[in-house]
Amino acid sequence: MSTRHLDYLDQLEAEAIHIMREVAGQFQKPALLFSGGKDSITLVRLAEKAFRPGKFPFPLVHIDTGHNFPEAIQYRDELAERLGEKLIVRHVEDTIKKQSLSEPTGRYASRNGLQTYTLLETIEEFGFDACIGGARRDEEKARAKERIFSVRDEFGQWDPKRQRPELWNIYNGRVRKGENVRAFPISNWTELDVWNYIKRENIALPNIYYTHERECLVRDGKLMASSDFIFREPEDVVVKKQVRFRTVGDMTCTAAVESVAFDVDSVIAEILESKLSERGATRIDDKLSETAMEDRKKGGYF
Amino acid sequence: MDILRFITAGNVDDGKSTLIGRLLYDTKQIYLDQLEAMESSGRVNEDGDVDLSLLTDGLKAEREQGITIDVAYKYFNTDKRKFIIADAPGHIQYTRNMVTGASNSNLSIILVDARKGVQEQTRRHSIISSLLGIPHLVICVNKMDLVGYDEAVFNQIVADYTRFSKKLHTRDITFIPVSALRGDNIAAASTGMPWYKGPSLLQHLEEVPVASDVNLDDARFPVQYVIRPLTASHHDYRGYAGKVISGTYRKGDKVSIMPSGQISTVKSVEIGGSVLEEAFAPMSVVLQLEDEVDISRGDVIVKQADNLEVAQEFEALVCWMHNKPLKSGAKLLLRHNASETRCVVREIQYKVDVNTLDHEEDIEEVQLNDICRVLVKTAAPLLLDKYEDNRSNGGFILVDETSFATVGAGMVAEVVY
Repeated sequence: MSTRHLDYLDQLEAEAIHIMREVAGQFQKPALLFSGGKDSITLVRLAEKAFRPGKFPFPLVHIDTGHNFPEAIQYRDELAERLGEKLIVRHVEDTIKKQSLSEPTGRYASRNGLQTYTLLETIEEFGFDACIGGARRDEEKARAKERIFSVRDEFGQWDPKRQRPELWNIYNGRVRKGENVRAFPISNWTELDVWNYIKRENIALPNIYYTHERECLVRDGKLMASSDFIFREPEDVVVKKQVRFRTVGDMTCTAAVESVAFDVDSVIAEILESKLSERGATRIDDKLSETAMEDRKKGGYF
Repeated sequence: MDILRFITAGNVDDGKSTLIGRLLYDTKQIYLDQLEAMESSGRVNEDGDVDLSLLTDGLKAEREQGITIDVAYKYFNTDKRKFIIADAPGHIQYTRNMVTGASNSNLSIILVDARKGVQEQTRRHSIISSLLGIPHLVICVNKMDLVGYDEAVFNQIVADYTRFSKKLHTRDITFIPVSALRGDNIAAASTGMPWYKGPSLLQHLEEVPVASDVNLDDARFPVQYVIRPLTASHHDYRGYAGKVISGTYRKGDKVSIMPSGQISTVKSVEIGGSVLEEAFAPMSVVLQLEDEVDISRGDVIVKQADNLEVAQEFEALVCWMHNKPLKSGAKLLLRHNASETRCVVREIQYKVDVNTLDHEEDIEEVQLNDICRVLVKTAAPLLLDKYEDNRSNGGFILVDETSFATVGAGMVAEVVY
């Protein structure tokens, strides 16, 4: 029998493209959730590979907390412009007003949890039956058990007991009215795989992924970007550091890491050296309890 | 670098979680914060080391009960390979989870407790691995430290297992004596077992040849989506987007479109708008054809020379995955790659005893976790391969028509017509 060798990044790419096309083939109104972070930027490149020379069969949707890094927002707008694809932005601020939600207050105040309300509102507004997201199974142990097609009820809730078995490369996207599916094409990628792919594909990222000098608050041993959105206490220590971000979420819940990595190669070298996992290094929201992610997913979060 | 997907099935006490934890730990994939989380949860083993099973038991209910319920996916890599572990529970009541994890795996690690030898669950895990067509089996004889690293114990287990394994389809079976707890023969050779000359588990996982597991002979291209830009620059462009699930495709290949049987020629092979010389499994590409033919999602592009026919009636092994039993005459949805059609289970032929491979006849109902041979008839014709000939075109799932739950996993055994 003849053999051909497909490099591991090509295998991951082929799987992700296949998943995106299953979404396009099985659903009436899919959307791609775009955050401006490296994982969703990778999804956009994969969508180009899956659907060019055609247009994407879905819009890009961004749930803007109003506390995003300006660099990520600028990147988002330029990318949508360059791609010529539709971008839908919905604001957490509007949901807070409309639904009279209370904003979290105090030391760990973040709108990250409120994103879920805006996301569900947006799903309802446009009648999306599938949302493609950039979650990876290596990020967190509750995600390690997530399906590639994850069925959510009409409240967006994830019920680990109702998960469908997923066999071979066959994805069951059949849902009842009101239910929807979250689809995760890069489930099997790790942080390192994403960076290796960014390198191979020569993908430009928002510059906050690389080293820069920034004013930070030191909080529980983590460096939080100093901004108008973060809750300050008199005893907070403000320092100037050479940092970069490993994940780009809300400014209020994403910590920076001290780094001098200035390009993709030096970032990869740093990840190989690092002794802290990606979420462990950068996410305040996971630290609140041992099952923080599982609990949020049950409530409709990604 | 390539990818090896493997499954580990086992129960809490046979050391499976410790083995996975050890592989992750020895390849430096466990991070400080994960260790810290494990330590703060306060579970340690009898030696006071952190309980590595906490790494794999992800859900609250699982940690509370100290068991693995669902398939968890774990990742690690070395310079040679990326590894994807499907960590599945081993108890018979979770057979469906093991079947799920096995469906995508190329290799199965079966743990045998050196003190207990070949047990019912050893046989069951081997049989499920074999039924799911996993080409490589590794029998890890674990807890060798507890039998004084005795070669005779290992040899006896190898002999017992070899006698049993004649029943299996799997030809590549490797035996490795290990202690997951102590790290013997996991990532590095053991000092306690100089009589063992073979590779460590990690070395074997890095070197087992997987490229030849891909079927490059039978060309199958299920169309997932049709790309029609309808722009000025691509006015007449029609690209058929899909994944080469087996075989190879090149420009100039004479092809048939199944089930209609229309014929054409490959005009180009592309990805993201760039032309490729050749596409082979498992690449996701776009095919353009010379002729304007009517093709939609679910059609399969094959090579003319293969002279293939579609089928509507076939026999299959089905693992039932739902609480509501399967009865003869049940109507279900059947999803096979990009096709979906209604089907009826016309006959339940026999149940397979997953501990012995014996057949049990006169079955009224198929219960959750049972594996049965059934006769299926579909509403629409499908292009099927026998699972043993082509894993990627012989598997299908059964879906409940009202709840849309995935209720069964099937493997084509014999095409009737």
